[in-house]
Amino acid sequence: MKLLRVDDTVAAITATGGRDLRLDLFRGLALWLIFVDHLPPNVLSWFSIRNYGFSDATEIFIFISGYTAAFVYGRAMFDRGFVVATARIWRRAWQIYVAHVFLFAIYLAEISYVAAHFENPLYAEEMNILDFLKQPDVTIIQALLLKFRPVNMDVLPLYIVLLVFFPPILWLLERRADLALGVSVALYAVTWELELYLPAYPDGAWYFNPYAWQFLFVFGAWCALGGAARMAPLLVSPITRTLAALYLLAALAVTLTWHFPHLGGWIPRAVEMWMYPINKTDLDVLRFVHFLALAVLTVYFVRKDWVGLASRWLRPAILCGQHSLEIFCLGVFLAFAGHFLMAEMAGGAGLHFIISIIGILIMTAAAWLITWYKDMEGKGGSRARGADADLAGGGI
Amino acid sequence: MKRWVAMLVAGLCLTGAARAEETSRAATNCAVPPELVSSDNSLKKVAEVVAKERKLDIVVVGTGSSTLSGPGGGGAAYPARLEVALRQKLGNVDVNVFSEAQTKRTAEEMVENLARLATERRPTLVIWQTGTVDAMRGINPDDFTTALDEGISAAQKAGADIVLLNPQYSPRMETMISVTPYMDNMRMVSQQRDVVLFDRFAIMRHWSEAGDFDLFGASHGLGLAKQVHDCIGRALADMVLNAAHLKTQN
Repeated sequence: MKLLRVDDTVAAITATGGRDLRLDLFRGLALWLIFVDHLPPNVLSWFSIRNYGFSDATEIFIFISGYTAAFVYGRAMFDRGFVVATARIWRRAWQIYVAHVFLFAIYLAEISYVAAHFENPLYAEEMNILDFLKQPDVTIIQALLLKFRPVNMDVLPLYIVLLVFFPPILWLLERRADLALGVSVALYAVTWELELYLPAYPDGAWYFNPYAWQFLFVFGAWCALGGAARMAPLLVSPITRTLAALYLLAALAVTLTWHFPHLGGWIPRAVEMWMYPINKTDLDVLRFVHFLALAVLTVYFVRKDWVGLASRWLRPAILCGQHSLEIFCLGVFLAFAGHFLMAEMAGGAGLHFIISIIGILIMTAAAWLITWYKDMEGKGGSRARGADADLAGGGI
Repeated sequence: MKRWVAMLVAGLCLTGAARAEETSRAATNCAVPPELVSSDNSLKKVAEVVAKERKLDIVVVGTGSSTLSGPGGGGAAYPARLEVALRQKLGNVDVNVFSEAQTKRTAEEMVENLARLATERRPTLVIWQTGTVDAMRGINPDDFTTALDEGISAAQKAGADIVLLNPQYSPRMETMISVTPYMDNMRMVSQQRDVVLFDRFAIMRHWSEAGDFDLFGASHGLGLAKQVHDCIGRALADMVLNAAHLKTQN
């Protein structure tokens, strides 16, 4: 029981040894990378894993979120039953929806400002994107229906859908885990076969197709509920590690040809035809396998009891990972603000770098503040903390 | 009194000359790193026709960002500037650039027109500017890729070389239009199909970072837009010459 309770402070968590800090660490790092990826390229972008392989921070983020969601709500479903767990999961989905609408309001404020102040004949065509401001009745309703998708705001709608449908999946995972995973794989395959998608407004589809990305989320949940333990013999095998390392090297080689096109000739035409396009919208199999390979090596090299996890240098990332919804939203907001500052100050690479660093510092400070606040509330003596458990380690 | 007038006139002439120099410097100071105006893929048809027939017919198919509005906009947009630059550099070659831009067209909506122009006008080179509208409308990147493939096939079937030209670098719009997936797909298709990609985005970003043009500024007259188009036209001419391995006259 103690092991599975989500505690409020890092100290308490390390003391009980219950929480796998690696989850928080890598989710925190993924949050930073998503923030950096949302800004125009700068020096920090070279730390972004998307430059070195097929998958990127999104995969890490979705997988860990599936893992923690199963961990937290799986316990709730086991202890208190289906109805209570469902209520909690949907409450979480509602929180994310509110966060999404909040971010949309900030987005509207930014582009309304640009529409009113920006007048450059060079960009007459691009300015047409602001046309939707002329019909706020349609746009705002489409945004509330999650069909209007502003740049960089695709992840939260995906989460909302994943969480809304999570209760029955979780129910099945707790009874017939492999069957649940099988259903998920089948849906993933059917998505590719029948090209299922969710429509967006005014055209196109959701950037992250929930029919496909649910596979990674459910896989994360499956790992949390015993799948990882059952895969352990496979994970410790040196053959698996070798294959994973070889795959990562091959992916790195392919990625290099994107940055240095003259290397492109080294890839055989047949391989190119088979491999491309590597589709992010529908979670390409190559991306999924790349994530698996990364995970296999990470789990091997970074052990659960690794002393580094207690180091003060990793604390900032761990803190951010523990408050992922708040820090994710803050990251999206900071990316908007960063863009805006860069445009207003017309700064060069130096300014880009400083803005990225300051953004990460703000995210860390906010995570620390939230931790401090929850800690303080916890000490206030109130034990009605059931709902808060969702916030600390919930779905996203 | 005469001396004063003479000095005044001389002074005015000097400032006038300095200002003229300033504008011409602003217009020419848009150097592009060599790798952005060269390609691993070559324009074989262009090389062949220029060598044999001493002529070069180019069709530019594009959307809004291939045009400039306002007085003299047509002559100042990059297709016209490309023609001027190529005529300068290929002295005795008869260069003609025909440009047809239709606003708000996605790649898929342009394919038909591109195929018609390529078969009717029989150009040696088709320059296809696309991606912006697809990004603005959030077209499925896979559908965009398919359309690119079809357009390339249509141009090649009509016996023309093709150059893909990607979206503009518009730093103000970066939070509103996500062009990256479309640019990635254009690069990928150009590699797969061995066609030349003119990376307008990277070139404009280079100018912005080098301080040649202030692309962030909130309001500009037509002046900046004309200068940018002139520079794009000249960089595009360099790309055509390099990819066709043509020697310049001057």
